[in-house]
Amino acid sequence: MRIRVDLDLCQGHGTCAEEAPEVFAVDEKESKVIIREERPPDALHVKVKRAVRFCPTRALSIVED
Amino acid sequence: MTAADATAGVATDAGAHPGGAPPPRVSGGLPVLGHLLELRRQPIELLRRAHAERGEVAELRLARLPLVMLYGEEAQEAFFRAPEEQLDQAAAYPFMKPIFGEGVVFDAPPERRKEALRNQSLRDKQMRGHAEVIAHETERMVEGMGQQGEIDLLDFFAELTIYTSSACLIGKPFREELTPEFSSVYHDLERGTDAIAYVNPHLPIPSFRKRDRARRRLVELVTEIMEARKGSGQAKGDLLDILMRVHHEDGRPRFSADEITGMFISMMFAGHHTTSGTAAWTLIELLWHPEYRASVVNELDQLYADGSEVSYHALREIPRLENAIKETLRLHPPLIVLMRKVLYDFHYKGWTVSPGKLVGTSPAVSNRLPECFPDPERFDPARYAEGREEDRLHPFGWIPFGAGRHRCVGAAFAMIQLKAIFSVLLERFEFDLAQPAATYHNDHSKMVVQLAQPCRVRYRRRPEKALA
Repeated sequence: MRIRVDLDLCQGHGTCAEEAPEVFAVDEKESKVIIREERPPDALHVKVKRAVRFCPTRALSIVED
Repeated sequence: MTAADATAGVATDAGAHPGGAPPPRVSGGLPVLGHLLELRRQPIELLRRAHAERGEVAELRLARLPLVMLYGEEAQEAFFRAPEEQLDQAAAYPFMKPIFGEGVVFDAPPERRKEALRNQSLRDKQMRGHAEVIAHETERMVEGMGQQGEIDLLDFFAELTIYTSSACLIGKPFREELTPEFSSVYHDLERGTDAIAYVNPHLPIPSFRKRDRARRRLVELVTEIMEARKGSGQAKGDLLDILMRVHHEDGRPRFSADEITGMFISMMFAGHHTTSGTAAWTLIELLWHPEYRASVVNELDQLYADGSEVSYHALREIPRLENAIKETLRLHPPLIVLMRKVLYDFHYKGWTVSPGKLVGTSPAVSNRLPECFPDPERFDPARYAEGREEDRLHPFGWIPFGAGRHRCVGAAFAMIQLKAIFSVLLERFEFDLAQPAATYHNDHSKMVVQLAQPCRVRYRRRPEKALA
């Protein structure tokens, strides 16, 4: 699994960071997401999928390898 | 020759289009006012006609100002992805400046406008607290309503959303200092958004005079609140307190009552008439579709059967209710046209829009394009159910909240708010139309679209429910 972000769309709400703090953080100054792990380990896939699903601006997507 | 060609002599920049063709003009503009009067009278019909006549790219005129409308997913994506340096949002809405006042939001440079999220109140972490506040405010509104009666949807939801947005965005202490007068005066501000502002936002017309009087009265009300706080010497800990404590080096307060009022107006503006109108239209659509309403009431009854809190469920999925809200937003988007001012040439396919013109998209038209939304006139909440998800399938087609970098930062907050409001209302009451079904409609005479009054519904309290 690889995470993709469309930074034109991200507004830094931080929903992803709430769902999966291991993988996402928010750059407070830029109001944009920071992806800590572009290829998260299997154990985090469920959390990451929730983060993608609940992103209020739909900036995140998943590419399956 | 069409009527549009006949107006070409009035246009300011014929021929100056390096790299692309000028956008084709829409028929019917008047020599001086262009399509402005039609925009004030029948805006949705005008915006649809522009699309029908010219397709993806169609030029209207608001008095002297050309407005190039972009239609369809592809053109809308180009619009929503354009950088702020190319398409400026603030300059496109001259009717807002007298409402916000000097030095506030649309008068501020772009880098300061991005601060909406930075003030934290719309961040995900805050939402639980907001949901509690909204449920509580809704309970307060219905407390004195007795067993049965009638409400006017515009008055009811406009007042409720003044309390919810002031409590969530500014702070609970400030909300407690508000009276119903604040809500009715605020309404006069929203009514002061006549598109004639594209000619001059300070014309001596009644709605603009009322707007200016309303703004002065709001400053008075906020001044009274500030004076009372100074007198008591007690810290309340909300945003008003924080702003009052900021001083210049020489000890003078940094912000006047006028500036603080302007900030509060601007913070509440985007979330007020929009949420209020969507709440009203959601209820109307549910009353127009009794079968679907029954399924929503059933969904809520099951969720709350165990006595769980509204603030718990409002943050989570309530699929049937959410889908009804989304479908209401599609059919009755609170903003029917979104605009930007072109700062340098905007190219799309073979067309070029030159600087100084406005470009726009229309949620009212886009949300009903049959290529994105089959059977577009039909209220069909199942569009958003798993497997169809037409809003996700067409992120630049389903645009009640806009899209891209300027997508409504309050969208998630709005959904939580609406879920909390309807959890309380539909668990407490049964509703009925109090006037013929076809008489509920929007008043489009102002840029801020609101329900036309009367828009009354009857209510009857349900037998006591588990809802805590």
